[in-house]
Amino acid sequence: MNLATPRTGGMLALAAVIAILPLLLPNSFYYDIVILIGINAIVCIGLNLLIGYTGQISLGHAGFFGIGAYFSGILGANYGWPAFASMLAGAAFVAAVSFIIARPIMKLKGHYLAMGTLGMGIIISIVLTQEGDLTGGPDGMPVPPFSVFGFSLYGEKTWYWVVGVSLLITVWLALNLVDSPVGRALRSVHGSEVAAETLGVNVPHYKVQVFVTSAVIASFAGSLFAHYAGFITPDEAGFVHSIELVTMVVLGGMASTFGAVVGAAILTVLPQLLTVFHDYEMLVFGTILIGTMIFMRRGLVPTIAALFGERKE
Amino acid sequence: MFAEFLQFLFSGITVGAIYALVGLGFTIIYNASHIINFAQGEFVMLGAMSAVFFVSVGMPMPVAMLLAIIITIFIGLALVKLAIEPARNASIVTLIIITIGASIFLRGAAQVLWGRNFHSLAPISGNDPIMIGGAAVLPQSLWILGSAMLIVMALRYFFDRTLIGKAIVASAHNPLAARLAGINARFVLLLSFGLSAMLGAVAGFLIAPISLAYPSVGIMLGLKGFCAAVLGGLGNPMGAVLGGLIVGISEAMTAGYISSAYKDAVAFIIILGVLFFRPSGLFGIRGTERV
Repeated sequence: MNLATPRTGGMLALAAVIAILPLLLPNSFYYDIVILIGINAIVCIGLNLLIGYTGQISLGHAGFFGIGAYFSGILGANYGWPAFASMLAGAAFVAAVSFIIARPIMKLKGHYLAMGTLGMGIIISIVLTQEGDLTGGPDGMPVPPFSVFGFSLYGEKTWYWVVGVSLLITVWLALNLVDSPVGRALRSVHGSEVAAETLGVNVPHYKVQVFVTSAVIASFAGSLFAHYAGFITPDEAGFVHSIELVTMVVLGGMASTFGAVVGAAILTVLPQLLTVFHDYEMLVFGTILIGTMIFMRRGLVPTIAALFGERKE
Repeated sequence: MFAEFLQFLFSGITVGAIYALVGLGFTIIYNASHIINFAQGEFVMLGAMSAVFFVSVGMPMPVAMLLAIIITIFIGLALVKLAIEPARNASIVTLIIITIGASIFLRGAAQVLWGRNFHSLAPISGNDPIMIGGAAVLPQSLWILGSAMLIVMALRYFFDRTLIGKAIVASAHNPLAARLAGINARFVLLLSFGLSAMLGAVAGFLIAPISLAYPSVGIMLGLKGFCAAVLGGLGNPMGAVLGGLIVGISEAMTAGYISSAYKDAVAFIIILGVLFFRPSGLFGIRGTERV
């Protein structure tokens, strides 16, 4: 096992950070932020498989996050389903929906793909807003706590470990996928679809597969968020959230699993820090976003890695 | 019965004309640079908000409109100089994120300057509806339609007949060849953002008396304008105009006959339906990919 590779070394580093971080967090407010970072990071890792590795943009992934969250909310609160069951039901539903729309949507290219995924996300959020009898409408709905075998998960400290372990599992899965023949096929699609096809890569098949995978990951993260937060609104599925997720991936660095984690961390913490600017919050946020993209075009992690002279894979 | 239909049709054409103007803005910038400018909706917001501001400090309406256009154009040019040009040669996704950053910035700036409240703007010539075939049409609708038609015709003339306009079209078709023929790519980029900002500002102060003006008014207008542009085939100006009208009319008909709850979803349902069967929009040319 070579610790210097980004794969094992990075995994260990992330595990170490997750293990040590609780010693540095003074109160539950900080726990809350770190938990949200973890949940965002899980979605971003999945989204990065699609955007970073396969080169297909999605401006609607918050829609899948929202479906996951609302399945947990609706089945848990209205029908008394156990948390695990509603979480799996949400993921299964998202898998089915994303599988059905993946073929026509993944046929689109460039800006048409951006438009298609954007439209998909907005339709999901409008349905969640308008079906008020089920979803509580624009005001949102409460979600019962996550309980396993009669134990309910309460409090930031418990959730910290739940999200931390989920994040590690997601990173491990993503790294394995990227280094597998599937991952190589995905990257060849990013390079040139025609070249990939000529070499015998079943391009539509892989695109559908990665789209469904990233959608299901988003749905799981949505369910986690719903149970943790205890309250969800249609904003979770909205356009602004979709854009936030893409921004996290691009800011952290495309085609870098740890970049997705770093991007999620920065864009989750930044608004909290910027609250000191009160009314100027959005001004500063927009400026930082533009500045980072101008000066670090490839995103934070790849740019910094290049500074340290690491060979880019 | 027919009067009702006519009523929905008029209101659909009115918003459709606005979507068409916003869609044209997307198209012009896309043609000049292949960038999707997600700050296009913010140009609309700026046009509306600054017109409201200038009227509130006592300026006559035409002056306020002119100033609103000038300010929005200035901001469009500043956007190119400060954010787009420094990132030249960056990937398209990076450029898109930059325009998203710009739109967040502009919304934030509007909130700081003018607050989060809703503002109303007086219509250009009163609120007394004109009866046409039993349907009540607001004078503002006629202003919107007239201005949109005038702008579309002026743009056609500009792109088909003037040297500068042809230069933009040439850069859209083949940027490298256009550069070799002596067309200044940076100037074309600036000009396209300036033009789009102007279209946005006009759409903004024209729709403000109907939709009100507030810092986030541009989000949905911008997205539906994007729908219009894609529906007509990205890069095709007349396609964007038709796309805008289709979106506007279907929206009004849905709100009138089916359900107003899903009014905002109509544009996106149409676009998904069209893209699933025609991946390059209704009037887009099916491109072949060069390997």
